[in-house]
Amino acid sequence: MTAEIRNWVPVGQLEDIPREGARCVRNGEMTIAVFRTATDDIYALEDKCPHRNGPLSQGIVHDGCVTCPLHNWVISLETGTAQGADEGQTLAFPVRVEETRIYIDLSYSHEVA
Amino acid sequence: MNRKKLVIVGNGMAPGRMLEDLFEKNREAYDVTIFNAEPRVNYNRLMLSPVLSGEKTYEDIITHGDDWYAENGVTLHKSARVSEIDREARTVTSENGITASYDKLVIATGSSPFIIPLPGKDLDGVLTYRDLDDVERMLETAKRGGRAVVIGGGLLGLEAAAGLRMQGMDVTVLHLMPTLMERQLDPSAGFLLEEEFKRRGIDVRTKANSHEILGDDTGKVRGIRLDDGTEIEASIIVMAVGIRPSVDLARAIGLDTNRGILVGDDMRTSDENIFALGECVEHRGMCYGLVAPLYEMARVIAENLLDGVDAYAGSATATKLKVTGVDLYSAGDFAEGEDREEIVLRDASAGVYKRLVLKDNKIIGAVLYGETSDGPWFFDLLKKGTDVSEMRETLIFGQAYQGGAPLDPTAAVAALPDDAEICGCNGVCKGKIVGTIKEKGLTTLDGVRAHTKASNSCGTCTGLVEQLMQITLGDAYNPAAVTPMCGCTTLGHDDVRRLIKSKELKTIPAVMQELEWTSSGGCAKCRPALNYYLVSDWPDEYADDYQSRFINERVHANIQKDGTYSVVPRMWGGQTSSTELRAIADVVDKFSIPTVKVTGGQRIDMLGIRKEDLPAVWADLGKAGFVSGHAYAKGLRTVKTCVGTDWCRFGTQDSTGLGVRIEKFMWGSWTPAKVKMAVSGCPRNCAEATCKDVGVICVDSGYEIHFAGAAGLDIKGTEVLGLVKTEDEALEHIVAVVQMYREQGRYLERIYKWAKRIGYDEVRRQIMDDADKRKSYFDRFVFSQKFAQVDPWSERVSGKDKHEFRPMAVITREAAE
Repeated sequence: MTAEIRNWVPVGQLEDIPREGARCVRNGEMTIAVFRTATDDIYALEDKCPHRNGPLSQGIVHDGCVTCPLHNWVISLETGTAQGADEGQTLAFPVRVEETRIYIDLSYSHEVA
Repeated sequence: MNRKKLVIVGNGMAPGRMLEDLFEKNREAYDVTIFNAEPRVNYNRLMLSPVLSGEKTYEDIITHGDDWYAENGVTLHKSARVSEIDREARTVTSENGITASYDKLVIATGSSPFIIPLPGKDLDGVLTYRDLDDVERMLETAKRGGRAVVIGGGLLGLEAAAGLRMQGMDVTVLHLMPTLMERQLDPSAGFLLEEEFKRRGIDVRTKANSHEILGDDTGKVRGIRLDDGTEIEASIIVMAVGIRPSVDLARAIGLDTNRGILVGDDMRTSDENIFALGECVEHRGMCYGLVAPLYEMARVIAENLLDGVDAYAGSATATKLKVTGVDLYSAGDFAEGEDREEIVLRDASAGVYKRLVLKDNKIIGAVLYGETSDGPWFFDLLKKGTDVSEMRETLIFGQAYQGGAPLDPTAAVAALPDDAEICGCNGVCKGKIVGTIKEKGLTTLDGVRAHTKASNSCGTCTGLVEQLMQITLGDAYNPAAVTPMCGCTTLGHDDVRRLIKSKELKTIPAVMQELEWTSSGGCAKCRPALNYYLVSDWPDEYADDYQSRFINERVHANIQKDGTYSVVPRMWGGQTSSTELRAIADVVDKFSIPTVKVTGGQRIDMLGIRKEDLPAVWADLGKAGFVSGHAYAKGLRTVKTCVGTDWCRFGTQDSTGLGVRIEKFMWGSWTPAKVKMAVSGCPRNCAEATCKDVGVICVDSGYEIHFAGAAGLDIKGTEVLGLVKTEDEALEHIVAVVQMYREQGRYLERIYKWAKRIGYDEVRRQIMDDADKRKSYFDRFVFSQKFAQVDPWSERVSGKDKHEFRPMAVITREAAE
C-alpha cells in the first residue's frame, strides 16, 4: 500500500480541451473524462455519473464541479463525490500537468477497482 | 559659518515639501541649490486639472513663489536640466553649463508620461498630460473647438477629459479595460462614474483598443482608428495611460535602478550621499504616483539630512478624482476574497455608493462615490488597522453616526417627503408609490412596478421601493417573494434581464461582475440562462458561449440515457418526399442506427447514434438537403400542419404553405424554452393547433391566431390572440408575439407560463392593437435571424468544434500497463 507504483500516461495538451469543457480518453473499456476549468485546472474522472452512469464529460463545468447532463447531479471534479443531498462517488484520477502536457495516473484505477 | 551644501535635482511637489520640513527643523544646516528643468517656480501639480477646466489660473496654484526662494536663501536655477553628476567630485552640472558641488544630493526627477507606441504618436496634436506646458497646449487647441480624444480612463485621463469638455470641446475617452479607473474603483463605482461622464456629454468607450493615430498631409492629427476599425475624428489626442519613473539620470551615473531608483527605508540610493525622492523612487518594489506617499518620503529625507534616523515604511494610498461635481474616493484593497467581508450602502436617488472591505474586522479597502466626506476617516481606520467590530452596524454611515443608537435602515426613507423622487428613470415620487400601494392593495414588487413604473427601468431604486413597501405594508410585505435565479445571486430572472439591457452587459463575466454574482463562475442553472439572455438581447454583438450550453445544444443532437444521441432532421411543415425518405433509410443502414421513430411533431427521429458518428451522419443527411431540426433546442422546434386547401375538402386556406413559410422564416431562433407551433386548415383542427405555443386556425375570413397552449406537464387550451385577414399579417403577428416572449420570458419558461404572468390582455394589446410595437418586435426578430439562421449541422460537417466529437486519446492496454 505504501509502495507507490505510478503509471503516468500522457493523454494530450492543455489546449486540446476547451475552457470549462471536457474531452474523453478511451482506456480499454473505460472512458475517462478530462476536464479543464475556467482557471485552467485539470481533473480526470471516470466518465460515469454515480447516479445512472450519465456521461459526465458532456456536462456543464462550473466552480470545480460538473453537472451531469442526464439528471443534473453535481459532481466534484477533484474528488468525484456527489454534491448537495445526493450521495455517490465516481472514480477520480490523479492528474499532473507539465508545461502544457497532461498526464493521468492510471495505476490508481487498478488499486481502487 | 561653514554650511553643508544640499543640491536638489527637480523642483516638483515632493522636494518642495521636503524643504519645508527641513527648514522647519533647521533653517541653518544647508545651503540649498535647486536645478529645475521647467522654467518655473514650484507649483501644485495636483491642481492642473482645475487650470485646464478654467476654474483656476497658474498663479492660483503656485506653492512657492520667487520670494519664498529668496527669503529662504535657496538658489533656484530655472530651465536648467541636469546633464552630468560627478559622484567622485560631488558636483552637478546642467545642460546650460551651471555647476554646483554638493555634500548631499536629492534626486527628484519625477516621472514622465507613458507614450503608447502607436503609429502616428509623433504627429502634431498628440499630447500628454503632465505639466503646465501640456495644459497650455490643450487650452490653445480647445479654443479652436473640435473633438479631443483622451486615451486612458484612469485618474489623469478622466480629469483631462472633464477639463477639455468644460473648455467646450467634444470629448471621447478611450479605455482599454471594461470599467473606468479599474485600479482604484470596483466595477459598480466605475459604472456610476461612466454614467456621470456620459451625462456630461463625454463619449466614453470602454474595451477600446487604439490601433493607429491618423494624420493629415501637414503632419497634424486628424483622428484615431481602433482595433475594431472604428475611426474617430479628433483635433487633439491626449495620452494619459500612465507614468513611468524618470531614472535615466540616475542610471547614467551608476545608481541601482529597477523600474525606479532603488532606495532603502532611509530613502538613500546605492550612494549614501544621494537620496531619491518622489515618483522616480522605487521602494520595496513599489512606485508611487500619488502625493501622500511622496510627502511621507519628504519627511523621512528631511529628518535623515539632519543626521536623524527616520525610516519610510511604504504607504497605503487613497485617491480622489478632482473633477468638479464628481465625488469619488478610493483607498486600499477592494478585491473580493473568501476571507473578506463587505459592507455596501447604495442610495440610487442620491447617486451614492459606498463599499467597505473588511478583513479580520479591520477595514482594508474603501470605495466611496457621491458622498466622500467620510473618506479620510475610513482611510484613517484603515491605516491604523482599527478593529471596527464594535461599530460594524453603523460603520458605513460614517463618523457622525458613531456612538448613537443603531440605525433603522428604513428610517431615512420613512423621513423622506412625499414629493421626493424615488425612481429617476420614470419620475415617480414617494407619495405616488405609497398611494398606489394602498389604493390598489399591492403586495409585490412586480405589482408596484406594473402600476407605478417605479424601478421598472434601470432597477437601481429597487431597494428604495422595497423599503417603501415595507414601511407601507409592514409585515404583509415579504421581500423574498422574488425567487432568485439560482444560488449564485439574489436577483430574479426579470431583474437580471432588465439589468442586462439597462447596463448594457454583453458578456457572461460582465453580468456576473456587475450584478455581483456570489460564485466565481456561475452554475449549471444560471449559465445557460445568461447565455440565452445575451444571445437574445445582443444578437449581433454577443459571442455565444458554448460551454454554457446544455450538451444537446452544444452538439446539436439529443443525449439519451446511455450517452448516445438521437438526430431529427427538419421536415418543413411535416412534408417529406421519397428522396428524403430514401436518404434517411440509407443513413440508418450505413450507421446501423437501432431505432427509427415518427415524432409527435411530424418528422422522423433516429435514435442510438454514437457521438463520434454524428458529423458523418449529418454529412450524409446534408447531401440529401436536410438541415438540423433543432429537436434539442430551446428554440423553434416544429410547425405541424394539415393538408389544407391542397387536398382537404374542408380546407379554407393553404395551411401547409403557411406552416412551411413560418418554419422557414423562424428556424434557428433561440427562445427561453422550446416553441412548437401548428397550422390547421379549418376549425376541425387536425394539426391540433389549440394546444401549441403558437397556433393558427384557418377560417374563411382569414387566420385566427392562438397562443399560450400546452400539452405536456400541463394541459391547456390556447388563448385567442386575434383574427387577421392575410397570410402576411399572420406571419407578422406570430413573429411579433414570439419576439415579445423572447425578450421577456424567463429561461425555461414556456409561452403559456410567460403569457399568464404578463397577462393575456397585455399581450393582445401590444401585438394586436399597437401596430408600431408589433412592427418593432417583428423587426428585431428579423435582425436577430441574420445571425441565427446558420445550419449547425453543416457547420460541424465542415469542421467546427471537431474536438467535441473525438476522444482526446485512446490508450491501448499494453501502453497502460
